Amino acid sequence: MEIKGNIMVLAEVRSGNVHSVTYEMIAWGRRLAEKTDVLVDCLVLGTGEGDFEELIRGGADRVLVVSPGMPDSRLATPAASLLVSAIRGERPDIVIAPATTYGRTIMPIAAARLGTGLTADCTDLDIDPKDSLLMQTRPAIGGNIMATIKTPRTRPQMATVRPRSIKPLPADTGRRGEVVRKDYSLEGEWQERFISFIRSEEGDANLESAEIVLTGGKGIKSRDNFKQLAELAGLMGAGLGATRDAVEAGWAPFSCQVGLTGKTVAPKVYIAAGVSGKIQHLAGMITSDYIVAINEDPKAQIFKVADLGIIGDAPMAVQELTRAFKSHSEKGEGA
Amino acid sequence: MDIVVLIKQVPSTANTRMDPETGVMIRDASETVLNPLDEHAITEAARIKGRFPGSTVTAITMGPPAARRVLLEACARGADRGILLSHKAFGGSDTLATSRVLAATIRKTGGFDLILAGEKATDGETGQTGPMTAAFLNLPVVTFVNRLDVEGDSIVARRIVEEGEEEVLVRLPALVTVVRDINNPPLPTVRQYVIAKKIIFPVWGPQDIGMEEADAGLKGSATRVAKIFSPRLSRNTTYMEAGNEAKMAAAATAILEVLKGRDLMKKGEGHGN
Repeated sequence: MEIKGNIMVLAEVRSGNVHSVTYEMIAWGRRLAEKTDVLVDCLVLGTGEGDFEELIRGGADRVLVVSPGMPDSRLATPAASLLVSAIRGERPDIVIAPATTYGRTIMPIAAARLGTGLTADCTDLDIDPKDSLLMQTRPAIGGNIMATIKTPRTRPQMATVRPRSIKPLPADTGRRGEVVRKDYSLEGEWQERFISFIRSEEGDANLESAEIVLTGGKGIKSRDNFKQLAELAGLMGAGLGATRDAVEAGWAPFSCQVGLTGKTVAPKVYIAAGVSGKIQHLAGMITSDYIVAINEDPKAQIFKVADLGIIGDAPMAVQELTRAFKSHSEKGEGA
Repeated sequence: MDIVVLIKQVPSTANTRMDPETGVMIRDASETVLNPLDEHAITEAARIKGRFPGSTVTAITMGPPAARRVLLEACARGADRGILLSHKAFGGSDTLATSRVLAATIRKTGGFDLILAGEKATDGETGQTGPMTAAFLNLPVVTFVNRLDVEGDSIVARRIVEEGEEEVLVRLPALVTVVRDINNPPLPTVRQYVIAKKIIFPVWGPQDIGMEEADAGLKGSATRVAKIFSPRLSRNTTYMEAGNEAKMAAAATAILEVLKGRDLMKKGEGHGN
């Protein structure tokens, strides 16, 4: 029998540090490895610094560190080029990466260079017991249909995986593994130079990775009410979302828009306040774990996808929630 | 500057509705539009053309014969010409095969400085075709761009990423995928449509771009759709009537309980950002 390739997990490196989403990807790798009896290799590109043992405690068997004096890990061409070299050298059967701007840029470049398939933004991964192929499941047509994709002929099988689609494993201090320095070199030249990075002041930059999203729609009724909703989001530690109507009314910037033409979010709890639930909006939030809908119209479509439906005035709900949160904080329970 | 814009026709979502029983989205497949982000790519190309007189803008799309409508719209929005890639051998292409076809077309026509594309299409939502096409052409790619400036033989592109914005300098030729914030596409005028209608779009198949049929379409695709199913849409909704403040306060408490139950209250200390 031929030797099965390992599962390679691409670490998300931001500003020279391994980002926490990497642990979610390792958790996926572990889950697949249990079914195929192979190793989980975590590939770290472009930084030689970091607590790589922590990645082993998070579930990796080996940490492959590749950092050949790279100018900046953010540049797509050198990062993709190193990824291709590592894949050619290690011959993994499966390669997964987070579906972030990083993963969604360098994975397609690598897949094209290797002539293999890539599935975007998967929310579930599994191994088909019949043919041992990777089952890559993703929402299609705006989250209304789920499609399971396979890569039958070419290797590796590659997928980007949506952040927060799995919980990281609890750190296992007893886990043993190896940290291996690999000297894959950069081939060719690249015509890119990094200029600057400006960290966003607005909370909405993290809307897609927020665990709670609080979204306001037309039913918020006024700009002032929307401001209160935004303050409540800050109080809750929630990402601030807005429907297209709210954005067009000028209550919120486009960067807050959730839906088909805006962002897709899948938080643990999604709270829709004064949102009617047009299909274009549902497409951007329907895969959320738990959905709370607040609307005064009991026939509003948003209730069809809600776990908790509150029939009432949305601005009043914002007031009451603000009051409830403040009294919760004052009691010191959150400390 | 010679600019290529990669565009796609996608199903319209304007008339989409949900089946009340099954929760499945019903859309009229016959109704298609230009992918919304591609409007921004074309508008950006037209803006650059305006800055550098003598520039050309070529729109390229792969699709059924009816996809010439999006080429027409691209020309009304500022493209000078369009190429329609339409052939039975192209049917069923995944992002890898599609990118191979687009790259072969660009190689065939040749001599471009800048290739623009929407970051993703509203139907597939993969965002893979841009970077894959760049890889096949051995060109640098900048994704998620919300601001673009041409400076000499290079571009300065600002990308929107998770925690902020980054700027990169890239020597041309290069491929750039754009997000909605980059510009506000104006509606084309009737006059622009009248002019666009005079443009004849060549229709090309694999032979025209020097490609083996087996490298395109389903045959040339690495991925296969194994299964399609409906996700859980309708949930067991618990309803609460909250017609007055007392009842709304109870509803607010219920929401807090949901958050507590999911261990989401720890970060509730109003840190304000």
